[in-house]
Amino acid sequence: MDIAFSAEDLAFREEVRAFFAEHFTPELQGRLRSKEFKNTIVEWQKKLHEKGWIAPNWPVEFGGTGWTPTQKYIYETERSEAGIPGTVPFGLSMVGPVIYQFGNQEQKDYFLPRILSSDDWWCQGYSEPGAGSDLAALKTKAELDGDDYIINGAKIWTTYAQYADWIFVLVRTSNEGKKQEGITFLLCDMKSEGIKVNPIISIDNEHSLNEVEFNNVRVPAKNVVGEVNGGWTVAKALLAHERTSIADVAQSKRTIRQIKDAAAKEINCGKALLDDPGFQGRLADIEIELMALEFTELRTLAAMAAGGFPGPESSLLKIKGTELQQATQELRMEVAAHYQGVLPTDLDSEQLGHDFGSEARRNFMYGRASTIYGGSNEVQKNIIAKFVLGLE
Amino acid sequence: MNFDFTEEQQMIRDSIARFVQDDYDWDARKAIVESDKGMSDAAWQQFAELGWLSIPFAEEDGGFGGSIVDTSVIMEEIGKGLIVEPYLATVVLYGNLIAKAGNEAQRAALLPEVIDGSVLGTFAYVERQSRFEITDCKTTAQNNGGAYTLSGEKVVVSNGTNADKAVVLARTSGGQFDRDGLSLFVVDLSGAGVERFGYPMMDGQRCANLTFDNVAAELIGEEGNAMDVVDAVVREATIAVAAEAVGCMGTLNAKTLEYTKQREQFGVRISTFQALKHRMVDTMMAFEQAKSLLFKAMCEFKEDPEKADVTIHALKVLIDRNAKLVYGEAIQLHGGMGITDELDIGHYAKRLMMINSTFGDATYHRNHYASKTYSA
Repeated sequence: MDIAFSAEDLAFREEVRAFFAEHFTPELQGRLRSKEFKNTIVEWQKKLHEKGWIAPNWPVEFGGTGWTPTQKYIYETERSEAGIPGTVPFGLSMVGPVIYQFGNQEQKDYFLPRILSSDDWWCQGYSEPGAGSDLAALKTKAELDGDDYIINGAKIWTTYAQYADWIFVLVRTSNEGKKQEGITFLLCDMKSEGIKVNPIISIDNEHSLNEVEFNNVRVPAKNVVGEVNGGWTVAKALLAHERTSIADVAQSKRTIRQIKDAAAKEINCGKALLDDPGFQGRLADIEIELMALEFTELRTLAAMAAGGFPGPESSLLKIKGTELQQATQELRMEVAAHYQGVLPTDLDSEQLGHDFGSEARRNFMYGRASTIYGGSNEVQKNIIAKFVLGLE
Repeated sequence: MNFDFTEEQQMIRDSIARFVQDDYDWDARKAIVESDKGMSDAAWQQFAELGWLSIPFAEEDGGFGGSIVDTSVIMEEIGKGLIVEPYLATVVLYGNLIAKAGNEAQRAALLPEVIDGSVLGTFAYVERQSRFEITDCKTTAQNNGGAYTLSGEKVVVSNGTNADKAVVLARTSGGQFDRDGLSLFVVDLSGAGVERFGYPMMDGQRCANLTFDNVAAELIGEEGNAMDVVDAVVREATIAVAAEAVGCMGTLNAKTLEYTKQREQFGVRISTFQALKHRMVDTMMAFEQAKSLLFKAMCEFKEDPEKADVTIHALKVLIDRNAKLVYGEAIQLHGGMGITDELDIGHYAKRLMMINSTFGDATYHRNHYASKTYSA
């Protein structure tokens, strides 16, 4: 047991730093915050793809990096240090892994390269108004008509549906047996006739969520991934991948750094907030828990490197990771004090007298969703209780 | 010992509740928040006609002669209805500062226009560097043979876009952090030398940064000795926002309980899950505890505002902690719906967050509570 970096690890770290410094320019970073978000993140992901770094968690044979857990850790740490957002998860962290795990050769050959190159933007058709935590209660149905399925129903909380080229969608293909047994995992072109995307504005005042309606949408039957009526197995595997990526310890570490920087500059009556023992206590409590989670994540990475796929313990990462994201986001809001509630206007930070209140607010508000999506934290606790502790 | 509200207080409570029910439903509020001004003049006139704007002022000043309990009753109902009109800024801060610092002539000139709803006011005291330290003040006022001019900047001024007049805290002597040497001035915000930079806040209210360049200002109270009055008024306003928070928390708990009784997952109402039941018990207890400390603060303040000092620190800490629990659970238990802009849940959460950062956050008050209470 040791965590010392080898000479190769240190060389790798230098390479990562140099690549980020050269390619993640301030200009590109600025555009990520603008209306150019989609094009900009795709541009960035294409750079990672060219470098061969787009999918560190994929097996090498499908385009992964073959990195050791240490290298993955180094990469994530450097990414966070540089303020670089994670890749958009719906293709790379969700549907990609289930296609290489459950898909047929034709599906692998067509979809995986397009996911790696970011030529296709994916979104997730899971939740429905009546099927949230109880995902298997989904009602959107697909009926076979010749070589096609015809989909009718609606999906909700679909992040970035407005940008998506493809949606992976859980549909009901049978009402026989248990509700989990009649579900099928389908890939659907968003340009198909009969799809309508309705925006949902979230409490961060932004538009990332949508409702997606399906009215007699035709999807070729060859777009089923895995078995017909066997979609629940695929769905669960995807959720395990999703959970692992949600923890995002690197992002919380970045927020902690931002908090420390801002609290050091926040000087009132000659005294810095960072020197305030009350504030220090709050910060230390969060940082200590995060320190532990970082190693829990490393242990999971190491286990995955040995075994291949994340198991139910990914639920622990999801719960603790999202709790800590919310705790760090909340503390950053507190550093912003009076400015935490300011909505963006034409005023620049000099006129306003503050430069991160609005960003802190947006992150905190949208962060409230993290304990709900990807299977709510309540559902994660049920998963741990059942599959880890054996409590029926 | 008696924790009942008087019949008169009950009537005030009912009248606001009726107003919210009849004239301030969720759609009406949404339209007001999205309007250019971000508040309703018609609603404000109604407040005046119903007498709410006169509550804290002495009868000899044309007021109702109410106590902190009356003000808190109003604020709790404002919290329940998520009313965005600037009652706190105009009545509790601006009005009370004039009532407590102003001489007879100033009170006679300035309070009637608050009470009849013709003037909106605010208290401008936060500066870029000050955070929650009110005495950290760079804005200065100069005495030019009895006529004062004021220069400097105040930020995140509540109701700053709509206020006609402000009471501004400025330094007439001493160093940047000194308690002595601070004075209060009434400033007409439409006057020469005043610039406003307005912006909306996440709770639907409007704030502004105000810059003053040699602006004519009228001294109220004793020059260089403003802080005793400021402390008294801020204490009262802190109790007022705590009451508003209690109103928000109670409403959130009621709405969440209702939702869990309707929402079905796994073939049952989610309110039947023991894990969720316990959490709703926790939020109920959080609400009752906050209310209890509010009552203690009101009782002490009524006796002697100074006496409530430590309790007010405690109250602000508990409100912060319990509000976070209540709005956090409200959003979480509403699931995806809880994070939509459309549903009111998130808006109650945002108001509670803003209250938590008004007049000092939990860290600030915990420190003050500890330093005033503990010593080896």
